[in-house]
Amino acid sequence: MKKPMINVQSFHDGREGKMNSRRKFLKIGGLAVVGSSLFLYSCEEDGITDEEINALDAKGVDNKRVFNLGKGDLGILNYAYVLEQLEAAFYTAVVNGSYYNSLPDSDRGEKQILRDIWYHEVIHRDFLKTALSSIAPPGKVAPELDFNFSGVDFSSRANVLTVSQILEDTGVSAYNGAGKLLESTDYLLLAGKIVSVEARHASAIRDLINPGSTDFAGDDVLVDLGGSGVAYDKAVAPRDVLAAVAATGFLETKIIANNLPTA
Amino acid sequence: MNIIKFLDDLSDQQLFETKGSRRDSFNQIKNVGKNFALASIPFALAATSKKTAAATMSMSSAMFQASPIDVLNFALTLEYLERDFYQMGMDTTGLIPESDRAVFGQILKHEVSHVNFLATALGDQAIAKPTFDFSGGPAGLTLNTFGDYPTFLALSQGFEDTGVRAYKGQAGALIDSDALLEYALQIHSVEARHASQVRRMRGEKGWINANNNTLPIAFSGIYAGEQNTVQGGVNLSGMFNNYGGDAAITEAFDEPLTMAEVNAIASVFIVS
Repeated sequence: MKKPMINVQSFHDGREGKMNSRRKFLKIGGLAVVGSSLFLYSCEEDGITDEEINALDAKGVDNKRVFNLGKGDLGILNYAYVLEQLEAAFYTAVVNGSYYNSLPDSDRGEKQILRDIWYHEVIHRDFLKTALSSIAPPGKVAPELDFNFSGVDFSSRANVLTVSQILEDTGVSAYNGAGKLLESTDYLLLAGKIVSVEARHASAIRDLINPGSTDFAGDDVLVDLGGSGVAYDKAVAPRDVLAAVAATGFLETKIIANNLPTA
Repeated sequence: MNIIKFLDDLSDQQLFETKGSRRDSFNQIKNVGKNFALASIPFALAATSKKTAAATMSMSSAMFQASPIDVLNFALTLEYLERDFYQMGMDTTGLIPESDRAVFGQILKHEVSHVNFLATALGDQAIAKPTFDFSGGPAGLTLNTFGDYPTFLALSQGFEDTGVRAYKGQAGALIDSDALLEYALQIHSVEARHASQVRRMRGEKGWINANNNTLPIAFSGIYAGEQNTVQGGVNLSGMFNNYGGDAAITEAFDEPLTMAEVNAIASVFIVS
């Protein structure tokens, strides 16, 4: 039987130029969430066998080709860890890039905002790794993933801030969608402690892009609930978030989300 | 998900009985032994299922666990407070500079929606709108809230940061009500977007640094506990010295407030 999986691979295949890859990402990222079906592949098509997938239930570390998030709360925490790894890796690249380093040092300025966000995402990442490592054997904890940001121009303010905005907005919608999938009130509280900080980031980045506008909590990213108005962040299911992440081409490891809770 | 579905959920008695019923509490207590065994695991949260978590709660703080209706009315109180505050601010000629009206117009729009959503969802179980005094009269204050823009900004920040902490503090009370929990989270992060924006307009960072309070002293409770560096039973203090240190740790995690703590903050402005 074919097992659907989230296919995570780069669009950047050598024939595509940087711009093309980036444009593709932004186009897809701009949708924030795309139907996951486009990115579901059978393992046969990817040359990964059912046996290999099943074996991953007990093995994950040092296997950067494909990782099964697992089930239950552990699976959701692994999912959060993957997203935080992505964010931390992105901002690490940002602070090593020429755009960031050309910014003037100023209190509360753009450079400090990006540096703070970098700190926060590294802290989230390492915290989740510590937490996961204390409740699950190594094989059940997501490995340190490899990322490919060749589609991002780290010398470009517009490019860096646009990607940042997409990652932060996606993070907010991802935690919002994962909350109801958690069984433990303690994990739920932790997710709550992190998601509002991601929302603070999203707000600040959006305001850097369009200062003084309504974009910090813009109608472009919020949704309506029950006809009461556009005033709510999205809550997006893990499979849809992972599909959108896959579409960026940033993540070089295939992530299997088959065993995550869906309700 | 729409209001109709939401109301369906609300009318589902099962929803409201999952946490509160006596029978459930007894059943949950049976799991306590299992829960104690888990306490030896370093990351103290290990594998707490809804049931074991509820058992813990039934042992330690069942009396503080609000029903979903209580939670929604608590949220509605805060949303009424915010809505009236921004409505009065926007209606006061000369208070909000032209350059800032887009921001506060957007925030007001959201608070109006949140009030309508919660009031509709609660139906005849919704509380009546309280009477507010934004000068802080009920606490003996005489704030010139609508005559002095910096004061208006300060209260705005205080309300938004309090809102974030308030919703966060009630998430656990909704864990068995998936739809309600998700709606609450969808509001929670919008409050955080507001908070970040207003903080930055006041020259603050968008994120809360330790328990630093730049609001009038009467509001220090809004930031109480934000200096926490222990997350999930792990003390992160000293672990991120190359990444902003303990200050960054406190910024990276927003902390909850209990319903009582939030009510104490809100009571400064509630006449009745």
